[in-house]
Formats: sequence, structure tokens, C-alpha cells
Amino acid sequence: MTVNRRYPDPDIVIVGGGLMGACLAWGLSQQGLRVCVLDEGDIALRASRANFALVWVQGKGVGFPAYTAWTKGAAGAWPGLAADLKSETGIDVGLDQPGGFTLCLSDRELQASVDALERLHNQPHAVAHPYEVLDHSQTKLRLPAIGPEVSGAIYCPLDGHVNSLRFFRALHAALKVRGVDYRPGHAVAAVEPKEGGFLLKGPWGEVRAPKVVLAAGLGNAHLASMVGLEAPMKPSRGQIIVTEKASPFLRYPVVTVRQTDEGGVMIGDSEEANGASLAIDHGISSVMADRAVRMFPILADLNVVRTWSAFRVMTLDSYPVYEQSQTCPGAFIAMAHSGVTLAPQHAYILARAIAAGAIPQDVSVFGTRRFHVPARA
Amino acid sequence: MFRRAPDRMRDQVTFTFDGNPIVAAAGDSVAAALLAAGIQACRTTPVSGAPRGPYCMMGVCFECLVRIDGVGNRQGCLVPVREGMKVETQKGSYALPAEAGQ
Repeated sequence: MTVNRRYPDPDIVIVGGGLMGACLAWGLSQQGLRVCVLDEGDIALRASRANFALVWVQGKGVGFPAYTAWTKGAAGAWPGLAADLKSETGIDVGLDQPGGFTLCLSDRELQASVDALERLHNQPHAVAHPYEVLDHSQTKLRLPAIGPEVSGAIYCPLDGHVNSLRFFRALHAALKVRGVDYRPGHAVAAVEPKEGGFLLKGPWGEVRAPKVVLAAGLGNAHLASMVGLEAPMKPSRGQIIVTEKASPFLRYPVVTVRQTDEGGVMIGDSEEANGASLAIDHGISSVMADRAVRMFPILADLNVVRTWSAFRVMTLDSYPVYEQSQTCPGAFIAMAHSGVTLAPQHAYILARAIAAGAIPQDVSVFGTRRFHVPARA
Repeated sequence: MFRRAPDRMRDQVTFTFDGNPIVAAAGDSVAAALLAAGIQACRTTPVSGAPRGPYCMMGVCFECLVRIDGVGNRQGCLVPVREGMKVETQKGSYALPAEAGQ
């Protein structure tokens, strides 16, 4: 057994130190809990280092209005999170929320986007978000670099983006400032319910705590059932292309093209039902690059410096899962593919709920009960 | 810092760096020719503006970026120097055409 003299026994162990685990650890330490984070190492599958870094509201919540509300709340709380991290760590996470665009390369694409937003707003108990539908010339006024093939756009003033690598670093720097016991290279092999808590085991030894949160992303799949929880997921892979740094040309993030605060242009992000291989698919990269160049012809001159692929933490219906185990109270699960957008909800609201020991009514809609609706004959 | 080996001086070519003429050996890469001429900084970084010069010499580190004949962000270590080539310091990030900006 590992003896760790620097830290006292934790009140709560978080499995996973990605954006979800780090946000929860940060929020839980703010609630006065002694927090231990058991994380994998640098080569872990980690959407936190591979994401597209949007803080995005537009179009979210078709079929699940509570998710629209949860996402809007997140976007509204982001400036507070950025400010808190700045004052604790001195790190500016580069949050910018000027509104965001979906650019359409044909009238049919534009109509499909408009139809989707109308479905979102016409569903029962719909939660509205502001948006504008723009034609080519209205779009060009705000995005002068668009090419002639852009037939129109959707603009939502709530959207934005962040420097997500710096955000991830800021969270971990803040954990250190707060004395959170962060242990990399501590993959968890087993979680055992024990009298008055849980025993977490791995090749490194074991840790005991009265409470545990599974925030292990894809790793939740094999851990959840050990404490009476579920992690229903489906495979989802995305690819991203990054160009060399260029002078600023794009004031607003576009859902598939954004220029970072340091000048690099990110082109994203495919959605593939692939959970097996991370090998880059050049056919898919080509389509992404081609669409980006049709949106912004000046991109054709830029060199690509990196491409990568990663697996999303994608639940069966794509909405988050937050739940406390009924059979093993004190064990929680938290997973969402929008770990950037939803970060403030995880750091503040969800962390407070876990510290209090109960998921409140308005957050419990994200429990797994929704997957157990009996099929109709 | 660098001295050219005596058996490595082949046919000479002349190019300019920020307007100053430099004599190099045919077959030199732009980055090697700059280092041989005692030039250590060929670009400034887009983020902090710090000066940088060729480092890996094999196309990996992107420290040797220069403008060549008006085209920004060329990797100097991967481009053979040619007679009359106009090489300039890459100042910060690649400059996209002005009409694209806002």
C-alpha cells in the first residue's frame, strides 16, 4: 500500500483528472473537502487535450430542453470561472464570447440548420436561445473573409471559445494552489464498496475514502458497474486540423473553423462512429479542409502543422450523465462530451451537489433513468 | 558560431537576407547558409516576439521560418538556397492578405 505522508486521508476521491475530474476537484475543494484525484498518465485517452474548445449554445438540446437550459447557464457562468481561475493562478484562459456562426455552403444546408433550430424552439417546454439567420451579404458584413460559396449562416450571440489547453493547465495549477492531492500514473483498476466508503485499487496500491466520483471518461465504462452505476456510451471519434499561426482574420468562432488567440486556425471536427482506431483518416481530413477553404479561401495558403483524432466521451443520447448510485450511496458518476462548454456547471453546481450528497431535482434529469423508458409496442 | 568546412565550398550563389547580400555554397539550405553567415535569428515568435533561429535542421521544429521571395513561413532548412533569392526575417505570424482582415 502506498503511504502518502504529504496528504491526510481524503474525504472524496475523484477518478480521472481530465476537464470533468479537474473541474469537480476544484469545486469540491472550494466546498472544504479534502480531495484526492487519481489520474492516468500523459498518454491516456484524453478528450481534454484534443477538443475543439468551443463554448457553444447554438442548436443544443433538440429532444431535451433541460440540456438547452444547462448549456445556456454554462455559457453565462463562464466569465466567472475564467475570472476565478485568473485570480487564483494568474493564467488567462483566453475566453472570448463574441457570438458564433454556423456557415452553410448551400441553400439546402442553410435550410437544414434553420429547420433544426425551429424544431429546438417548437418542442414542448422549449428553452429558447437567441439566433439570427443571415444571407450571404449579411454574413459577409461580419465575416469579410468568407468565400462566394457561403450561402448563409446562423449566428447566435451566446457562443464563444476559449484556449482549452491553457484552461486545462489553469485548472491543474489551481488544484495545486488548493492543496488537492493529484496523483498522475494512478489508473484505477477496481472500486470496492466498503463499510463507510470505498476502496480504490490499482497497481500503485490503494486509497480509501467515504465518497468517490467516477469522472474517468471512457474509463467509466468498466468502473461504473462496480458501484451500482451505469455509463451508457457509444463510440464517437473526431478529427481536428491545425494550421500555422497567422495574422488575425476571423473575429468570431465558426462551429467548424476558429482562430485561436495565438493565431493558429483550428479546423474541426468530424463525427465518426469509430471507437477502435485513432489513425488519422485522410479522406475525412480532406473533406474538412476542403469545406474550410470554401468557407474562407485565404486558408488555402496556410500550412497545416498538426492533425489529430480523439474519442469523445459520448453517451448513448449524447447528453450528460450525472448520478448518485442507489445501491452504493456516496458513489457518483459524471460524464459529458461538452467538457469545455459545461465546465462552470461541473465546477460550481455539480461539485456543490456532490459535496452536499444529493443531486438536486433540476440536475437529476441527467440521470440514467431516461435510458430505461420501456419500448412501446 | 559555425565555420564552413574547407572541402564544402562548392559553386557560389548570392542571395539577400533582409536586403543584405550573402554568399553561400550551391546546395546549402537557406537555414544552413544563414548560420554559416553568422545570422542566428531569422524570425520573431507570434506570441511573445522573441527572436528565434534554426535549430533542428530537419524540418521538425519550425524555428527556422523565414519569408522567401515574398512567401511567409517557409521552413529555411527545407529550401535549397538559389541565386538571387530574397530571404527576409519572418516577423511574428504569417500575414494573411489585408483585405481578409477586419
